Amino acid sequence: MKLKDISINNLRRRKGKVFFLILGLTIGITTVVTLISITRMMNEDISKKLDEFGANILIIPRSDDLSLSYGGMSFGGVAIDTQTLKDSDIPKIRQIEVRENISTVSPKLIGVIGTEGKKVPLMGVHFDEELKLKKWWKIHGNTPKAREEVLVGNEVAIQLFKSAGDVLSINGRPVRIAGVLDETGSQDDFLIFGDLAFVQEVTKKPKALSMIEVSAFCNTCPIEEIVRQISKQLPHAKVTAIKQTLQTKMEALDHFKKFSIGISVIVLLIGSLIVFTNMMASVNERKREIGIFRAIGFRKSHVVRIIFLEALIVGLIAGVVGYLLGLGISQIIGPILTGVKGGKWVVDPLLIFGAIFLSGLLGILSSAYPALHASKMDPTVALRSL
Amino acid sequence: MSLIEIRELRKSYESGEERVLALADVDLHIEQGEFVSVMGPSGSGKSTLLTIVGGLNHPSHGDVVVDDISIYELPLEKLADFRREYLGFIFQSFQLISYLTVIENVMLPLSITGRSNHEQTKMAKEILERVGLREKARRLPDQLSGGEQERVAIARALVNSPPILLADEPTGNLDSKTSREVMELFRTLNEEGQTIVMVTHNPENMSFSTRGIFLRDGRLDENGSRS
Repeated sequence: MKLKDISINNLRRRKGKVFFLILGLTIGITTVVTLISITRMMNEDISKKLDEFGANILIIPRSDDLSLSYGGMSFGGVAIDTQTLKDSDIPKIRQIEVRENISTVSPKLIGVIGTEGKKVPLMGVHFDEELKLKKWWKIHGNTPKAREEVLVGNEVAIQLFKSAGDVLSINGRPVRIAGVLDETGSQDDFLIFGDLAFVQEVTKKPKALSMIEVSAFCNTCPIEEIVRQISKQLPHAKVTAIKQTLQTKMEALDHFKKFSIGISVIVLLIGSLIVFTNMMASVNERKREIGIFRAIGFRKSHVVRIIFLEALIVGLIAGVVGYLLGLGISQIIGPILTGVKGGKWVVDPLLIFGAIFLSGLLGILSSAYPALHASKMDPTVALRSL
Repeated sequence: MSLIEIRELRKSYESGEERVLALADVDLHIEQGEFVSVMGPSGSGKSTLLTIVGGLNHPSHGDVVVDDISIYELPLEKLADFRREYLGFIFQSFQLISYLTVIENVMLPLSITGRSNHEQTKMAKEILERVGLREKARRLPDQLSGGEQERVAIARALVNSPPILLADEPTGNLDSKTSREVMELFRTLNEEGQTIVMVTHNPENMSFSTRGIFLRDGRLDENGSRS
């Protein structure tokens, strides 16, 4: 027989009290695991949205004279003809070390053209790439397929009294309007989109680019690292991460994280208090038993070890149960609380070991004073019969 | 040199504003192989004397030397080691651990000796055989009669082969027949060389011992003592 057998047998004897002891810690651990899991779900959702909704890196020519604003960013290349970005820069972006994180590269050239007696901005794009970036676009008509087909922004269509299927004259060259964009509330409403090569030709800027938008998966690597590597490849360009995208939601998530930590600490403190009061009561109930242990030669450290072992066993059980309950609850109430769909059941080794370690540690810390109290008991007082 | 030497032992307690003298200048020598019974009326200091000899109760004055070790000069943890190596306690009301089986109760003093489970089990079974409880090794204490529980307590006290057995009213909760059986066992153990110090109320029990001493108001009553 070892000391652990004494601890295990005592826990078996006190099933009811041990149940409440485990329950106290389990509630704490369940809360922590649930909140961590929900926070992760929200975090993953935001990362996914960052990847899905538009570019998160903007590449523009280096220029002191900024003349055009797009997507909340200013860039050069229109008014002062700073044509430092070229078609040949596109493959360089695909050569960075973390290129597997790059989803879409969408080059653009912006020029001002005359049509129907008005000056209108014309943007040359690769439609395949642009449509990947702008999944929110709704097109009346079709996506341009031919070189002489364009997509017209909602406001431009209204001002020019044009709709899908009509023909426009751009710098004297006839082009067909393949589709008209639904109102987006952005600069896209005021633009005509054409094939990049065609726009380079009509604006007489062969191989030139005004900017490049890049969508990168920021879930697996820091966006700053992608920016750094692209900057290294394109020293003549200014590479910027668009952090305002979903920034508000990220801030809300940050607030939720802080709130979660606060709630977790409070619940864990309550759980620890339950363990402490239970252990203290248990020690007082076991005065006689502790007196016997001391009388037959147990050292104080042996008594402390028995109490700690009991606390550790309780903590480990509460850790496992708390983890499983937390995982289950987060899958059930997470989607309700956050509006994020529950993902697949992922067993995160760090979280499971963290939960068990934390629970065991709290069990021991909460039992430290009761254990010390037990070890200091006077055997003659404990053994009243003597 | 005696196995146990008690020198000028005094023990007093605070009881409210009053100071109660439980033991007063007790001098006592107990030789190896003696079976000493300590008798006296309630409150005479018998149990106090036993707890002091057992290293559980610090005296107010005087010294207890066991096997040339002045036990109250030992640090507390060493005193615990001393109790484990030198003493076997038999308490009033048996004092078995209710959630441990008979054999686990007997193995309790062995659980902190570093012996293997196999060795502990072997030693516990041998001593249970000795007290006639081998067949009931897996039972819980409350499934045994009073006499059987007393024998489990004796087995627990002896499993470590301690040089000294201290017993506090070992037959206090037993009927006369079972008391006699227990006392016969004590006599047999003593005949095999076991040193026993027993506190008892029962004058009949004294006849089993090799020496009887009387305590009255915390003092040894030389007139009542018997050799």
